[in-house]
Amino acid sequence: MAKPRLHAIPLAREQEAWLWCAALLTLGLHGLHMPYWLSALALLLLLWRAKTWWQRRPLPGRELIILLAAAGTGAVLGHYKTIFGREPGVALLMVFLALKMFEMRGARDARILAFLCYFLVFSLFFHSQAPLAAAAALAVVLVITAALASLGPGRRPPADHLRLAGKMLTQALPFMLVMFVLFPRVQGPLWGLPADAAAARSGLSDTMSPGSISQLILSDEIAFRAKFADAVPPRSQLYWRGPVLDHFDGHTWRSVHRDQPLQSAPAAAAGPLYDYSVTLEPHNQRWLFALELPLRLPPDSALGSDYLLLSRTPVRQRVRYELSSATAARPGEQARPSLLQANLQLPPGGNPRTRALAAAWRSELADDEAIARRMLHLFRSQTFVYTLQPPPLGEDGIDQFLFATRRGFCEHYAGAFVFAMRAAGIPARVVTGYQGGEINQADGYLTVRQSDAHAWAEMWLEGKGWVRVDPTAAIAPSRIEAGIASAVGAGEPLPFMVRADLSWLRKLRLQWEALSNGWNQWMLGYTPQRQREVLSRLGLGEPDWKNMTAVLVVLCGIFFLAMIPWALYQRQRTDAALRAWNRLSRKLARRGLARRPWEGPRDYARRVAAALPAAAADIEIIASLYIGLRYGSGDNAAALDELTARVGRFNAKRDP
Amino acid sequence: MTPGTVLKTWLFRLGGPEAAPIVLVQRRVFVLPTRAGLVFAICLLLMLAGSINYALSLGFALTFLLAGLGIVHILHTFRNLARLEIAPLRCEPVFVGERALFALELTNRRAEGRYALMFHRADAPPAVTDIAAADSARVTLAVATARRGRLRLGRVRVETRHPLGLVRAWSYVEPDVACLVYPCPEKSPPPLPPPSAEGSGMRQSRSGSEDFTGLRGHQPADSPRHIAWKAVAREAPLLTKQFSGGAAARVVLDWHGLPPALDTEARLSRLTRWVLDAQQQGLDYALRLPGRELPAGHGEVHFRACLEALALYGET
Repeated sequence: MAKPRLHAIPLAREQEAWLWCAALLTLGLHGLHMPYWLSALALLLLLWRAKTWWQRRPLPGRELIILLAAAGTGAVLGHYKTIFGREPGVALLMVFLALKMFEMRGARDARILAFLCYFLVFSLFFHSQAPLAAAAALAVVLVITAALASLGPGRRPPADHLRLAGKMLTQALPFMLVMFVLFPRVQGPLWGLPADAAAARSGLSDTMSPGSISQLILSDEIAFRAKFADAVPPRSQLYWRGPVLDHFDGHTWRSVHRDQPLQSAPAAAAGPLYDYSVTLEPHNQRWLFALELPLRLPPDSALGSDYLLLSRTPVRQRVRYELSSATAARPGEQARPSLLQANLQLPPGGNPRTRALAAAWRSELADDEAIARRMLHLFRSQTFVYTLQPPPLGEDGIDQFLFATRRGFCEHYAGAFVFAMRAAGIPARVVTGYQGGEINQADGYLTVRQSDAHAWAEMWLEGKGWVRVDPTAAIAPSRIEAGIASAVGAGEPLPFMVRADLSWLRKLRLQWEALSNGWNQWMLGYTPQRQREVLSRLGLGEPDWKNMTAVLVVLCGIFFLAMIPWALYQRQRTDAALRAWNRLSRKLARRGLARRPWEGPRDYARRVAAALPAAAADIEIIASLYIGLRYGSGDNAAALDELTARVGRFNAKRDP
Repeated sequence: MTPGTVLKTWLFRLGGPEAAPIVLVQRRVFVLPTRAGLVFAICLLLMLAGSINYALSLGFALTFLLAGLGIVHILHTFRNLARLEIAPLRCEPVFVGERALFALELTNRRAEGRYALMFHRADAPPAVTDIAAADSARVTLAVATARRGRLRLGRVRVETRHPLGLVRAWSYVEPDVACLVYPCPEKSPPPLPPPSAEGSGMRQSRSGSEDFTGLRGHQPADSPRHIAWKAVAREAPLLTKQFSGGAAARVVLDWHGLPPALDTEARLSRLTRWVLDAQQQGLDYALRLPGRELPAGHGEVHFRACLEALALYGET
């Protein structure tokens, strides 16, 4: 005899409709960020499926579906040049989900379809983990669960399925929370990340040529957020150090000596020390942004010879790190002669006028600082303009900038300054990074955007060490004091968040950014490190994965056990008289005198009395008590007590 | 008994017929994932691996939410079955070859409904039913009959996969109910034996008349043979025809009078046919079996007694 094949029962129309809705919403989650032809194809297939449903037509044959699946795979292959990797994988799943709608022969196919939907909702998080994406995913999960609930036998109204799905998901929340907090997080990938794991992102690079930073300024994307434990340093001290560029080829500045470790520990800094944490957006590079001189370093990072904080691995996901920095200079600093020599490097030829000017200053002045002051004076006294749209520069760009166009952005000023210092024999280098930032009043975080990108200079002064010189401050002091918007002229193409007008819209967006920052800090930024912090704050001491798992299992077990009374709870109880009566029946069952389901109390009593004459009187009394309680009027506690007592005393065995 | 059977008997409390009402206490409700549930678990493992590999916090959250859904599912499924009360109803006798209709009365004492309860017995198509909150419902198992005698309902598996089909809860019950299966009436029997001499003085029956006494409402355990199909065709509700025997001539249906070539079952089959015919023709009839004799009589009670004697012939 074959087992009942429930899954072979064809689906009912409303079950198909549920699955269609689940598939539509799932594909809709991906519709906007996947290639448009793919979204259109999926939508077209779903519409076709809806048409066959509406017209009650039979589904197309298997051959056609296989053909379409092959064509879809081919199209994905053609678009991505591969079918491995995340994006092509998601694209393939979308094609298969849409086609699976045409192959629903029973509950089994339908469940597979629902699981496919769950998986596609999961893969949305490859693309976005924003609060909105989470809310949309949750709504779609609700519908998929309702579709699963509709697959059982028996028809019920759609609201029932949704309510049930909502109830179950709500009950699942405590489990989710416990597992989210306590499931041991491990750092890093289990297997090699495919090449597309971190797509190209905007941000600073380790080269700088005229125009590269002014391009970056056009973006109001967030680079990182910082939260200070106490006071925020004055704005003019907010120099977030990025790549240090020490090699110039006549056009582009590069970083070549970066990986050398710092030779000596940084000397104790003068001035105040700031404790802060930085939440850095992924930029696919190794550097971590920090204020001038980081003293307490985050784990898995090191300070390079140029004071650039480097992470062990490229930053491919949002990271949060805590550190302390001094903003003052580094007194009594030592440097290797070879390093100083490297910071005198210049291309063999080019920019003759600048070199001549520097040589003239050198012969005139012995003091290095005086030469720097002369250079800054040059910027201030001549008609230099600070603009996002400088004219293009050709051969001998620095000469052109200093003596002809005199219009430039921070990279022009920093580059020209360092060039002149080196030509005068003073070790100098370009430092890129971010300057400033904006405090978001909603959550107190300092938000640093790409539009805060900046380049400045450092020069080596004997006895003082590397000293920061910001030529931009000489041209446009308000850039440093107040931000880019006040430093450039009206009509410059500034990004929205930097502009001074439309303040209510900006305020709204700041609120939203604060919300999504909280989300990033606590939901997305729940890394192994944060988990350790949270658990030790919860009193778990130094948690390792063993006791984390133990606590996880115990807590889940407690939740589970707490729900068991709910599972057994019966609001409708059998009344006491009936329970006593049933108990009597069970006792008599041992003598083969169980009450037959259709047997009334009087008939039963008569039958038992006939079979067990010795107990006849007892049975008679019990039956009349029961009849009185069950069918009589009003409550009678005394009678109930007597019935219970008599049934309790009753012994079916004493009769031979 | 093999060790496996012993284990099964102990684990599932298979202890023979049980007194009604049978309450599915938690001890006898078992829960395991279905095949779909295992596939779901594999999906979750894949999601977990993806979340770890790509450090997707929301991936973790979704994976854990769905895992929680699975855990909650276990409780919902268990709850759907636990504390269900099952009591058998009276089972109408049938003839061999007909389906015995075992009706079970299901009582739900909970203030919420129970859904998709599947009752399955070997040799019978599964019956599925829902029960509303604080209500009762009936489910009928149609069991094929192959031999005469008492057919016990035997062990029934009660199963549910509500709500999502990823987990199943089941229990075995053995309600104390049996169906009396009459022998199959012979297809083309010889005519009834002639009325015996002592039958004089009884009124003659009108030929071809059946003593139809009226209709009553149909009950699920009624044999389909007695349904008033003509009434159904007029779109009336299901009705069951009732007959009563009006006595006329007296025949003796004698086991020993049958040709010696016939074996036991063939004899019983022919006698059954004759009892039916005699009842239909309104005759008085007596039944003689080895070791058992039913004196001449007529009417529903006599008719049933004869059939029961035939059904249980040879059984202790």
